Formats: sequence, structure tokens, C-alpha cells
Amino acid sequence: MARAVSTRTKAIWTVAAWIVALIIFFPILYTIITSLKSEQEAIAGFNLIPSFTLESYGEVQSQQNYFKFFMNSVIIAVGSTAIGVLIAVPAAWSMAFAPTKKTKDILMWMLSTKMMPAAAVLVPFYLLFRDFGLLDSRAGLTIMLMMINLPIVVWMLYTYFREIPGEILEAARMDGASLWGEIWHVLMPMAVPGIASTMLLNIILAWNEAFWTIRLTTTEAAPLTAFIASFSSPQGLFWAKLSAASTLAIAPILIMGWFSQKQLVRGLTFGAVK
Amino acid sequence: MRLTTLVLGLCTASALAFAAHAESITIATVNNGDMVRMQKLTDDFTKKNPDIQLNWVTLEENVLRERVTTDIATKGGQYDVMTIGTYEVPIWAKQGWLLPLDNLGADYDTADIIPAIAGGLSVDGKLYAAPFYGESSFVMYRKDLMEKAGLTMPDAPTWDFIVDAAKKMTDRANDVNGICLRGKAGWGENMAFLTAMSNSFGARWFDEKWQPQFDQPEWKKTMDTYVSLMKEAGPSGASSNGFNENLALFQQGKCGMWIDATVAASFVSDPKNSTVADKVGYALAPDNGLGKRGNWLWAWSLAIPAGTQKAAAAEKFVSWATDKAYLELVASKEGWANVPPGTRTSLYNNPEYQKAAPFAKMTLDSINSADPTKPTVKPVPYVGVQFVAIPQFQSLGTQVGQLFSAALAGQMSVDDALAQAQATTVREMTRAGYIK
Amino acid sequence: MATQNTRSIARFMMAPSVILLLIWMIVPLAMTLWFSFQNYNLLDPTNVSFGGLFNYRYFLTDPAFLTSIVNTLLLVVGVLIITVIGGILIALLIDQPIFGQGIVRILVISPFFVMPPVAALVWKNMIMHPGYGVFADISRFFGLQPVDWFAQFPLLSIIIIVAWQWLPFATLILLTALQSLDGEQKEAAEMDGANFLSRFWYLTLPHMSRAITVVILIQTIFLLGVYAEILVTTNGGPGYASTNLPFLIYRTALLGYDVGGASAGGVIAIILANIVAFFLMRAVGKNLDK
Repeated sequence: MARAVSTRTKAIWTVAAWIVALIIFFPILYTIITSLKSEQEAIAGFNLIPSFTLESYGEVQSQQNYFKFFMNSVIIAVGSTAIGVLIAVPAAWSMAFAPTKKTKDILMWMLSTKMMPAAAVLVPFYLLFRDFGLLDSRAGLTIMLMMINLPIVVWMLYTYFREIPGEILEAARMDGASLWGEIWHVLMPMAVPGIASTMLLNIILAWNEAFWTIRLTTTEAAPLTAFIASFSSPQGLFWAKLSAASTLAIAPILIMGWFSQKQLVRGLTFGAVK
Repeated sequence: MRLTTLVLGLCTASALAFAAHAESITIATVNNGDMVRMQKLTDDFTKKNPDIQLNWVTLEENVLRERVTTDIATKGGQYDVMTIGTYEVPIWAKQGWLLPLDNLGADYDTADIIPAIAGGLSVDGKLYAAPFYGESSFVMYRKDLMEKAGLTMPDAPTWDFIVDAAKKMTDRANDVNGICLRGKAGWGENMAFLTAMSNSFGARWFDEKWQPQFDQPEWKKTMDTYVSLMKEAGPSGASSNGFNENLALFQQGKCGMWIDATVAASFVSDPKNSTVADKVGYALAPDNGLGKRGNWLWAWSLAIPAGTQKAAAAEKFVSWATDKAYLELVASKEGWANVPPGTRTSLYNNPEYQKAAPFAKMTLDSINSADPTKPTVKPVPYVGVQFVAIPQFQSLGTQVGQLFSAALAGQMSVDDALAQAQATTVREMTRAGYIK
Repeated sequence: MATQNTRSIARFMMAPSVILLLIWMIVPLAMTLWFSFQNYNLLDPTNVSFGGLFNYRYFLTDPAFLTSIVNTLLLVVGVLIITVIGGILIALLIDQPIFGQGIVRILVISPFFVMPPVAALVWKNMIMHPGYGVFADISRFFGLQPVDWFAQFPLLSIIIIVAWQWLPFATLILLTALQSLDGEQKEAAEMDGANFLSRFWYLTLPHMSRAITVVILIQTIFLLGVYAEILVTTNGGPGYASTNLPFLIYRTALLGYDVGGASAGGVIAIILANIVAFFLMRAVGKNLDK
């Protein structure tokens, strides 16, 4: 933009944007603040300056070992993402570069598999998981989350791949590149940003999935959603403890999101922007 | 099928291999104070039983119930010890899902368990779950406000007295509500209170032929009393108040009276968290002179699912967590006031406990005055004081609870709520085959 | 032929995900269909019998059924309206030259990372609680009676919470679309003397139509399945005021343990969701194919 903007205009827009941003962020901010209060302070009315006590964090950690849940969350989110992308890349590639009449239908059908309410299929899945010995296993949960998110992953990759000009592939083919060479040397370098942002989105979705991660786990594979379920409505005063547990549960993914937001945003458009 | 057998075989094999070293048992517990304390005292158990390793699953009550129910009904085998309540025990025991507890050790004094509690956890004379803590409900009131209103609380008040006192104690200008009661919808929230209350009004859920009774005058009177009392003397937003919300209100001095679980007494009398700790009095839940009081009976208990491979270790743990020695262990570490209440008669005869817990006698009297096998004035075909021990009740109680919560919020008249409750209940009971 | 070869390889590469998804869908779907014709209560496994269409009739005549359909649609439409309009406005705002744009973006995107149960717990206890919530504190500051959100405006409260979670998603997609708008076009329009509103209406909005379509499509898929926020906050009440279809199925499955009824509900939900998807694709799908 070559146009000069007066500082005054810029200041007005800045103030407005910051107010809106802070309002949107406020619930998270207030949770973090409350987690640093004592229980008495937490219910004593509106107050933005906590006494910076780590009491609640200590209490939370003494009840549940955070790191165990955290590690499970990481393993399940990253694992399901890695496997999901491995399966989805070829599918999305062929949909984008060798589309048939049915491609759109297959895509829509994939998305429609997401519409089955989880509660309705809990018993069938529980029985299947029991029979295959997958209950409370990270492997089982990884498969579950991978499958849940696969349609979204395929669609994101598809829209991303579609923007890669076909001529480049043609050129590579002329040069005598094999199909795999074509994929590895020509397509992949161009697709990496799209794959990366797809993976980021999938990690977020997997991290935050809160039905199956609670229902299919007990101790070994329980991730942070189960951690939160053990703090959600205990007896007595719990506002500060709940805030501390909530902060712990969302902090890793929040920080990851902050650092990667540019990358995430670029890919998060589902082909909305051309 | 073959794959399944193979996988199962492998699992069993690996389980056996593991058992040779140390046996690990998985315990599902609810996230309340007493249970969390038990987890912290695990060292004592593992010292005595070095070959048994404990894995804890702590969940919020509703999620826990959902998890253990799904697991036991599908024979998922995820847990070796489950924390369940007096509602589940009769239903599950009848299905043969629980192991009878007859190997709790020589020192385990079963006769010492409070009879009303033991009765709620037994089927055909056999104990199927060991009570970890038990509760009834009673009136907690502010002595200072009662005095200010010129009234004295009898040990066994009537509903007329409670209604009158609530109105007199209400002081909206100073943010004091005469009475705080549960209003949040749920079979274990408002329906626990309202079902128990209705018992004292002579109402019942079903007659002997399983016909729903919400169209009867007793329920109408219960609901009219409840809604008008809460309108005149209850806190704002009462329809979303459950145990926790009311506890916080009472602790901050915003309630004159509160009828709720007896375990709340240790919270409201704890000076660390309660601003009114030294001003709380206790009385039995009110009645109407019909022979039944409006108090419930509940015990969070430890049970062993019939499918477990580790029954012996599980029994050892259940015995450890619920015997007299455990009470002493908690007392030595955290003081008598923090001992899980409501399970053993000997605790209430202990002078040290009586000193530490001024509400001890009233708690025991409340528990003893509830009878899950004969909960109502008129005869009923079910057991359970504040619930009906049939599989359909959770859903039924929650739906009716929604309607009554809407009536309290003023979104529906009492008559409409009762009529809809009747229709819903008839529908569900017909489906379940109770009404032919 | 090279293309023929590519075609078959393409099929081959598509196969894993299609087959996996097929199995993943068909096995549970078959079980669900099977269960939906059984009288099967999880807590009474000895008493299972063939029920024909009884479960469907039973689910469709549930007193909460019609309300739940209306609530499902209200929830989807309400959240879509808030997020699309709010997203456009916020995107326009952030697109202005401002100081600290990076941080503003980070703040705005944050709710998207919060897991649904935590979002619901935070809003329920910290923000909307009639005793200790921030809204109550604000009301009291102005001398007003605090609003008991979940009792008085149950569905609206849930719409607000869900909209808060999805607003960042809408904002980001719309912002990206906005930024791809050709600067020269904008300047040309400005030169022509078009005012802000007409520039927005004739230039910006059409340019964003594809992005808006994607926002609507993706969000609808997720919004049709919202239940965790309801479970944590209102439990579907008071009455049936905040019961939507997924929550009704949840209640049937995990409070009633009525496997037959919940399965029938699941089948009904899929049929309805596909009807919605069909109309949605007809209404806005054109924008997707350029």
C-alpha cells in the first residue's frame, strides 16, 4: 500500500482493533488470572490483579499427574496427524490431478461421515474396541482420531493441491520424471506449506476432541480432556483450581497456535481464497 | 472371530506375564474431597501390599457414571474397583455384574456398617459394595439469623415451620435469602431433593402397578410448596443452583437455611472456607407429620465388577479403604473432622469424632431415619429414597428434573410441569414394559 | 497411455483413504442400523428383542424431538450469523493499518485453540455465572440485577459460547480473502469516488463470497454436532429449551442407556444432516466452483 495514512487515523483504528481483540481474548485472559488467585480471591468479585499464588497449580498437580496426560495428548495428536496425512496425501493428490466425475461426490461423502453423532455409535465402537483389545490404548485412540479428522484433512489437502498449476507437472513429465519422482521432487516442495498447515489444524482438532478421548480411555491413554473431566465440578470452592487445570490443558496448544499462526492461517482457507 | 480370539489371547497372556511381577488394579473414583484424600494416602496401602500397584481414574461424577456403566454393561473389563452409589448397586447386583463382598478379611467388621447404609448396598442379604462414605440430608441453618427472626429451630422441624422461618429470615436488602435449595436439573441434583421432599408429603413416583403418580395431589402440593417457597425466600437464579452453588452461597452467608447433603456440614463449619463457620446449626429434614421425613440416603461405595481377573487384590483394596483402620489413618494424618463420614456406627460412638464434628449426632439420626426399602408413605414397588432403582430412572429423573427446573425458573406453570412429567413418565415406562 | 496409467494410479492412491473411511463408516453404521431395530437397554442385556420400527417411532414422538430440531437449526443459524457478520467486521478492522497487528491477530485467533469443554466451563463459571461471573459483576457495578444466563436465555447463552469458539475461524478465513483483494482495484474504486459502503458492497463482499461459503460449509458440519457445551452448561434445560438433536441422542444413549433408541436417533440425525447438506450445497455450492 503506497497510500500514506495519517497517524491519527491509524491510532483510532489501533484502539478499536485492540479493544475488540481484548474482548475476544478476555475469557482466556481471565482464566489465567483466576488461576493465579487463591480460592477466596477467585469468588471475591471482579479483580484483574491476582496475588500470583501458585497454590492452585500445586493442588491440581498433587491430584493428577499433569505430565502423563500431557504426553498422551501429544502422542495421540501428533500420531493421528502423521498417519492421517500419510493416508490423505495420495488421495488428495489423485483427486486434484486426476479428477473424475465422481471426485466431488466422494469428497462430499467423506465429509458426510462426520455427521454421525458420536453418542449414537458409542456402544458399537466400544464393543469393537473391546474385541480388538484397543480400549485404553494410545494406538486405538490414535486410529480413532485419525479417522474422525481424515475427511477434513483430505479436503484441505485437495483444495491446496488444486492450486498447484498442472503445467509444472506436465513439464516434469516431459523431462522423463517418474510418477514418484514427480511427487517427491516437484510436487512435494510446493505442497509442503499446505501439508504443514493441514497438520497444524489436525493437531488442534485432535488435541481438543473431547468425546472419544474420554470414553475410550481409563488410565494408560487418557489425555488432557480426561484431565479436565476430573476437575469440572468437584465439591467446595473450585474456581481457582478449575482455572489452573484449564490453563494447563489449553496452554500447550495455545502456544503452539501462537507460534505457528501465520502458517496455520495460510492453509486454513480450504480453498476459499484464490 | 479368530482375530478376536487371538487378540484376546495375547492380552490374557500379557496380563498373566505382568501378574507374575506386580499386580496392578485400576480404580475408578469420583472427584470429591474424600476420594481425592484417599488417593493421597495410597502409600499406606502399597506399603502393606507391595505386590499390588494402584492405578487411579478420577472423573467428575456424571462422566464417571457414564464410563463405568458402559464398561460393566459391555464387559469391557477396564476397571477392577468401581466407585458407585446406592442407585447402581441393586440394579447391577441383580444382573450379576458385581462380586459379593464376603472376603473382606477377618478384621473387617461388617456388622459395624450403619444398618440403613448396609441395607441400601445389599441384595438378598448379601453385601455387594462397601460404603466409602455415606450421607443423608438435613437442614443447616444460621443460628444468628434464626435468633434475629425470633424463632428457635426444633430438632425435628415441620415444613410449615421451615416455610415460615424462611420468609422471616429473608432480607433481600442485605442479600440474605431465607432458604437455598437445589434447582439445577438432574436426577442427582434437583430430583434428589424433590423426590425426598415429596416422600414427606406422601407422594410417590409409582403405585404398586408402576403407574406414574405425578397427577396426584401429593405431588402438586410438593411442587406448589417448593416453587412458592423459592420464589419468596430463595436466591435469584435458583434454577441453576446445585450442591456446589448452594454451598458457595451458604459459605458466604447468603442463605438462612439450606437443606442438603450431610457431608456439606464439614464444609460449612470449616473456618478456612466458610465465613459463617461458627454460626451453623443442624436439624433433621422437615416432615408433615405423615411418618416420613424429606431426607435422602446415599453412599459412594466401592464395588468389584464380576469380570475382573484380579478379584483378590481388588478385595484387599476395598477392605483397606473402607475398614475402621482407614478412618484412624485419616484421623491421624488430617484430623477427625476429615474422616469420611456416614459408614460405621463405631465412628459415631467415638468421643473424639463427636468433639471434632458437632453435626455427628444429627448426621447419624438423619441416616437412620431414611429407609430405602420403605421410602414412602404409601406402598411402592421400588427401592431407593431419592431415586427409583430401575435402569430407566437416570434418564427419567433428568427429564422430569428439567421440567421442574423450568417450573422453578417460571418458564412453565407447576400444573404444566406435572402434566408433562406424567406424560413423559407414562411414555418411558410403557416403552420399558413396566406398564402393560 | 500415460493418462490412462495416471488414472489407475490415481485410483490406487485414493484407495487407502476411501476404503478405510468406508470400513470405518459401514461397520458401525451396520451395527447402528442393527441396534436401531432392537429393544436393547444397556443395563438390561438379558432382555433384548427385535423391535421393528418401534425405536424410530419412539424417538420421533419424543416430547423433546421437535424442539430439538428447531434448537439445532437455531444454534447453527445463530452461530453462523454471528460468526459471519462478526468475522467480516473484525476482518475489516484488523485489515486496517494498525499498530501491533501481529499481536491483535494472535489474540483474536486464540479461542479457536480452546477445547470445547474448557470453553464451556470457563464461560459457565467465570463469565456467565450469576453469582461469580464477570457479567454479574458488571451488572452489579451498574446497580442491576445480574442475569442468570443459563436459566433465562439458555439457547442464546450456548450460541454465544459456540460463536466465541468459531469467530476466530471465520475471521481468519475472511481476513485472508480480504487481503487477497487487489490493492489496485481498491484504489481505483476510491479514485472513482465510491464511498466506503458502496466499495464494500460492490467490491469487497463479492470478492469474499467464496470465503463466506467455505466458512458456512465447514462450520455447519461442526455445528450440527455441538453437544459438549450443552452438557457442561445447561444439560439441555430448563425444560427442553437448550436440547438439540445431538444432545437428545446423547441423553438417550448415556443417561437412558437406551442403545436401540439412540441408534434410531443416530440414523435419523444422519438423514437430517444429509438433507441439510443437500440444500446447503444447492444454495451456496455454486460459489465453490468458479
